[in-house]
Amino acid sequence: MPRYFTEEHEWIDVEGESATVGITDYAQEQLGDIVFVELPDVGAMLDKGGDAAVVESVKAASDVYAPITGEVTEGNASLEDEPALVNSSPEEEGWFFRMTISDRDELEGLMDDKAYKAFVDNL
Amino acid sequence: MRYLPLTDTDRGDMLAKIGAGSIDDLFVDVPEIARLDGPIRDLPMHASEMAVERHMKARANKNLAAGDAPFFLGAGAYRHHIPASVDTVIQRGEFLTAYTPYQPEIAQGTLQMLFEFQTQVARLYGCAVANASLYDGSTACWEAVAMAGRVTKRNRAVLSGALHPHYAQVVKTMAQFTGDTIADSAPAIQTEPDLDGLTARIDDETACVVVQYPDILGRISDLSKVADAAHAKGALLIVVNTEPVALGAIMSPGEMGADIVVGEGQSIGVGLQFGGPYLGLFAVRDPKHVRQMPGRLCGETTDAEGKRGFVLTLSTREQHIRREKATSNICTNSGLCALAFSVHMTLLGEKGMRELAAENHRLACLAADRLEKVPGVKLLNTSFFNEFTLMLDGKPAREIVRELADRGVLGGVSLGRLYPGIEALEHALLVAVTETTTEDDIETLANELERIVMEPAQ
Repeated sequence: MPRYFTEEHEWIDVEGESATVGITDYAQEQLGDIVFVELPDVGAMLDKGGDAAVVESVKAASDVYAPITGEVTEGNASLEDEPALVNSSPEEEGWFFRMTISDRDELEGLMDDKAYKAFVDNL
Repeated sequence: MRYLPLTDTDRGDMLAKIGAGSIDDLFVDVPEIARLDGPIRDLPMHASEMAVERHMKARANKNLAAGDAPFFLGAGAYRHHIPASVDTVIQRGEFLTAYTPYQPEIAQGTLQMLFEFQTQVARLYGCAVANASLYDGSTACWEAVAMAGRVTKRNRAVLSGALHPHYAQVVKTMAQFTGDTIADSAPAIQTEPDLDGLTARIDDETACVVVQYPDILGRISDLSKVADAAHAKGALLIVVNTEPVALGAIMSPGEMGADIVVGEGQSIGVGLQFGGPYLGLFAVRDPKHVRQMPGRLCGETTDAEGKRGFVLTLSTREQHIRREKATSNICTNSGLCALAFSVHMTLLGEKGMRELAAENHRLACLAADRLEKVPGVKLLNTSFFNEFTLMLDGKPAREIVRELADRGVLGGVSLGRLYPGIEALEHALLVAVTETTTEDDIETLANELERIVMEPAQ
C-alpha cells in the first residue's frame, strides 16, 4: 500500500480507489498534546489544498488540508473521545478521514517516505 | 493620559529602524483617495492651551448629558446608577493594562475575573457556558448568526421584526461578506409581537431565528414556542437581550429554550458614555456547542503543584490563534468593560439584582400609568419591563422628541429615528425608565408632553 506525504505534513495511504489521511509524526510532535480534532462530514467534497479538518493542541489550532481531490467517505470516530490518539499513534490509529480519489494524477505531485524524511530534515 | 511628545529626531530614528523613508511609506496600503492630503480643514495648526480648553469646553457645553435632564432614552443603551466603587476597582493597576492581558503567567487576576464574569453571564442568561466578552451587543448578535451557520451548516437567518434595527443592520452588513441570507422585517405596531408570523418563516434551510427579549418595543413574550418551532426544523433560536437588568425580573432566555443568548452588557457597570465602548455578552445553553463559540473562554484548573489557577482554555477562533479565521472582535476595552460589569454584578449580588429589577419595573409602571393620562397618548404594550412604546397623536414622535429636548427633557427615542422612512412607525415613542428616574422626572415629562400635544398645529 503506497504512502504519500505533503509539505503540510499530512500522510495519505492509497488502497484501490480509497485514500486514508492523517497528520505525520513530525506534525503531532510539533503541535504537542492534541485536545480536539474537527473532522469533515461524510459526503463532503474536498478540493486538493482546501480546508479539510482542524486539529487543536494546547498550543495552537491548525488546519489540515486535503492532499487530493475527492469525497469524504468516513471519519475516524475514535478521535471524538480520544483525540490523544493523534499523539500516540499518528500514522496508524490516529488517522483522520477516508476519501475517494478523483484524480490519480494528483498523487504524482506528493512526496514518498524518503523524500518527506529529507524534507523534514531540512526544516 | 500622559503626553509623550516626539521630536523629528525620534521620528527619524524609528523610521530608520524599520527601513521606512517617510511617514507616508507607512500608509502605502491605504488607498490614496482615502488619505488626507494637507492639514485638516478649519483646524488651525497651532493654538494656545487656554484657547483649546476654552474652545473644547464651549463645544462640550452644547451637549445635554444624561445626568443633566429628566432622561427617558433607551432603545439598547440604558442609564443606570453605577456605584463609585466600580470605577475605583477597575482602575487599579492590577486590572488597567495597556494591552489585552492574555498571558496566564502574568495575569491570573484578569483571568480569574473573566472566569467570574463568564459565570455571572451564564447564570443571568440561563445558559451552560458564556465566553469572556465580545465587542458589543450588535456584533455579538452577528457572531451568534455566524455560529448558527457553523452548527447547522445552513446559511439563512430569520430575524424577528422586533429586533433592534441597528442589530439587524450589523447582521446584514456582515452577511454581505459571508454569503448568508438574512430575512428581516419592520415591527408591527401591535400589543403582542407576531410570533406565529415569525415561526411561519422558519423552513428547512433556516440556520437560526433571531428574537429580541424584551423586544425593541419593550414587549415581553414567552419564546418557548419559537424555540420548539426552530428546533423542529433543525434551526437554532438566538435570543438578543439589550437590557440585562430585565433578567433580574423575567425568565431567562436559556430557560425558554434559546440555544444562543447574546446581548449588550452596558447597563451593568459600563455607563452610557455617549455610545461606547460597550460590552458584548455571549452564551450557549448546550455545552456541546462550545467549540463553535467565538471569542475566548477562561477555565479553572490546578497547576503542577495542585494550586488553583485560571487559563484561557478555548480561544481557537481568536485573533492570536487563527488570525485569518477569527471573526470576533475583542479589544482591551471590552475586557475592561467586562471587569466593570463583573464588579457591579458582584456588588449587587443575586438579591440586589432582583431588587434593582423590581425598582426599575415599579418606576416604569408609574411612568406608563401617568403618561397614558396625557391626552392623545396611548400605551401600546400590555407587557414591559422598564421600557415601553407610546403612540402619539398629531405630530411625528421625532418632532415631539426635539421639542421636549428644547424644554430640557430627554423624552425618549422615536421609532421614526430608528426606522427612517416607515410611516406606520412615525408616531411611536420608546420611553425607558430606570432606578435613576425620579417621580418628579416622570411628572415633568408628562407635563411637557401634555403642553406639546395640546398645542394647536402650526
